[in-house]
Amino acid sequence: MFMEVQDAQGNGQTSGQAARGESETVITARDVDVYYGNKKALEGVNLDIQRHQVTSLIGPSGCGKTTFLRCLNRMNDLIDICRVTGSITIEGQDIYDPAVDVVALRAHVGMVFQKPNPFPKSIFENIAYGPRIHRIARNKSELNDIVVDSLKRAGLWDEVHDRLDQPGTGLSGGQQQRLCIARAIAIQPKIILMDEPCSALDPIATAKVEELMEELKAHFTIVIVTHSMQQAARVSQRTAFFHLGILVEQGPTEQIFTTPQDARTENYITGRIG
Amino acid sequence: MTNPFGAQSPDIKQRRAAQTRFEWGGRLAITVALGFLLAMTVTIAWLGVGALQQTEIKLAVDLGPDNIDPNDLKGASYNTIVKNALKARFPEVEGRREKRDLYGILSPDAGFELKEKVVADPSLLGGTRELWFLASDDADLFGKGRVDVTLDQSQRRLNDLEVGWLQDLKANGELQKRFNMRFFTHGDSREPELAGILGALVGSAMSLFVCFILCFPVGVMAAIYLEEFAPKNRISDFIEVNINNLAAVPSIVFGLLGLAIFLNVFGLPRSSPLVGGMVLSLMTLPAIIIAARAALSAVPPSIREAALGLGASRLEATFHHVAPLAMPGMLTGAIVGMARALGETAPLLMIGMVAFIVDVPTSLVQPATALPVQIFLWADSPERAFMEKTSAAIIVLLFFLVVMNLTAILLRKRYEQRF
Repeated sequence: MFMEVQDAQGNGQTSGQAARGESETVITARDVDVYYGNKKALEGVNLDIQRHQVTSLIGPSGCGKTTFLRCLNRMNDLIDICRVTGSITIEGQDIYDPAVDVVALRAHVGMVFQKPNPFPKSIFENIAYGPRIHRIARNKSELNDIVVDSLKRAGLWDEVHDRLDQPGTGLSGGQQQRLCIARAIAIQPKIILMDEPCSALDPIATAKVEELMEELKAHFTIVIVTHSMQQAARVSQRTAFFHLGILVEQGPTEQIFTTPQDARTENYITGRIG
Repeated sequence: MTNPFGAQSPDIKQRRAAQTRFEWGGRLAITVALGFLLAMTVTIAWLGVGALQQTEIKLAVDLGPDNIDPNDLKGASYNTIVKNALKARFPEVEGRREKRDLYGILSPDAGFELKEKVVADPSLLGGTRELWFLASDDADLFGKGRVDVTLDQSQRRLNDLEVGWLQDLKANGELQKRFNMRFFTHGDSREPELAGILGALVGSAMSLFVCFILCFPVGVMAAIYLEEFAPKNRISDFIEVNINNLAAVPSIVFGLLGLAIFLNVFGLPRSSPLVGGMVLSLMTLPAIIIAARAALSAVPPSIREAALGLGASRLEATFHHVAPLAMPGMLTGAIVGMARALGETAPLLMIGMVAFIVDVPTSLVQPATALPVQIFLWADSPERAFMEKTSAAIIVLLFFLVVMNLTAILLRKRYEQRF
């Protein structure tokens, strides 16, 4: 289904409403190993990610959580020495299948990065770029609607509506990050990956982004990597704990934080390691 | 009570002294460097400013019908008219040798100059007119006060008789200095007072044009491919090493290559700005590739990730985002490369741009010379008056170099850190 962009958006609206309440697996990872050259960064990861939930990946630095996240939209392809084995399927399609078009995949699986990285262009252009290259808007007014709608959904509209032609890089850090989220949802993905989206933000901006995630999860499946266990506890329904390249434990967030099964998880969440 | 933070320990004093020594050493180095720069600039400017002026001599020439047939303006012997005017001005001069010296205070072009004036303005005809004529190079030096008349005549280019005539002219207000427009509107000449910089200037401009057209697109595309698309393996390492080596190859080697390939194999016209530009582009290309790659790698990876994360293809990410952001840096690198090419002499010598060329080139395949080569040619000439021409040419060259480098700096400042 990632062979073409149109395909990826075509069946979006219906599944958005269908999956309210009951959980349905969207992403399935089986026996995923990741190597950087000869170094094994991830080993034997098996993880299911549910539709319309926020799943957080936690663990100490270098544990492989970001590596795993970047496998989900094949951003690891950019690293020459990176090699992924095992299978990752999204909506039933193996995304490492040679027939998969990575461009269509990334239109379906959006990403928000650790450091806000708006393009050094106007706020409008930042958001319009994605819809433009994927030809989502048929004309100028449709494009305009997408930009306005994305900004509204990212909770940024009130702050920037009178200066859409100003450079996106001129916004504050928190606004930039919400601009990046708006940019990501403008191409109507089904899944949004967030790589420590709040690590460069102050607590107030962080609160806004977390609030936003809460609203967005009704329409998107969100996977977030975070260093803050409080954040994981606040925003996510499921949590997966990585340690030294191994997925140690996964489960409902409440369970992970209250009754962890594994000693390493307990040590981490109580602050003894990491 | 003693100061607990005072510098009592000998160790602290030593550390402080080491820093002071270093700072003074640095200041000394900068002073010496600036001193040399100042000495060079002042010397060149002092010598070169003379070339901006030119000495002229006033003569009463007889343009009556005896000398010029109004129906055949071009047929008259203007040289004789000028010589007669000189003889009339100094009737005491006798003998072949003295007469030759007398005629020598005027430029050999004086007769031609008169013809031009008459043809342009026939109303001058019909009587004796007082006109200004270009002085010869040695007389010009006298006019500018650069002849030491206290020396014995065997020590200077003008003998006592000539100095006497010139002093006479000067005393009577028949010797004047005028702005030397000719220097900027004419090509080279064997006579210093006639020589101009325009031919070399146009030659240089044409060569640089060809050089830019050839190496900017090629260099930028090569850099984009190598930086953004090429797989990193042993072949790309090998290419990278070789590009860096090429940038360090002495330019005369590129000149030899141009001679062997462009002239001998392709049979392109010798001494032409076309070949000059091609040879310069060989030399500039590695520099542009290196500068463009540096500009591309200075674009933060987060911009690439942002574009790719939105589902842009690599080509789109590169040409929509990375390359435009790197463009000022690439242009800066290109301009600096061009400035280097502008100052390059050796490769142009090899392809024959060192030839003595009087005409200002009007096309890319005509013989031409270039600014630095012109400087070399004039510096090589025995006539003393070429010294100031050399300096003036250096000023012109430096002017363009400064303008180009300034543009590069402004461009860098203007677009610095937009991300």
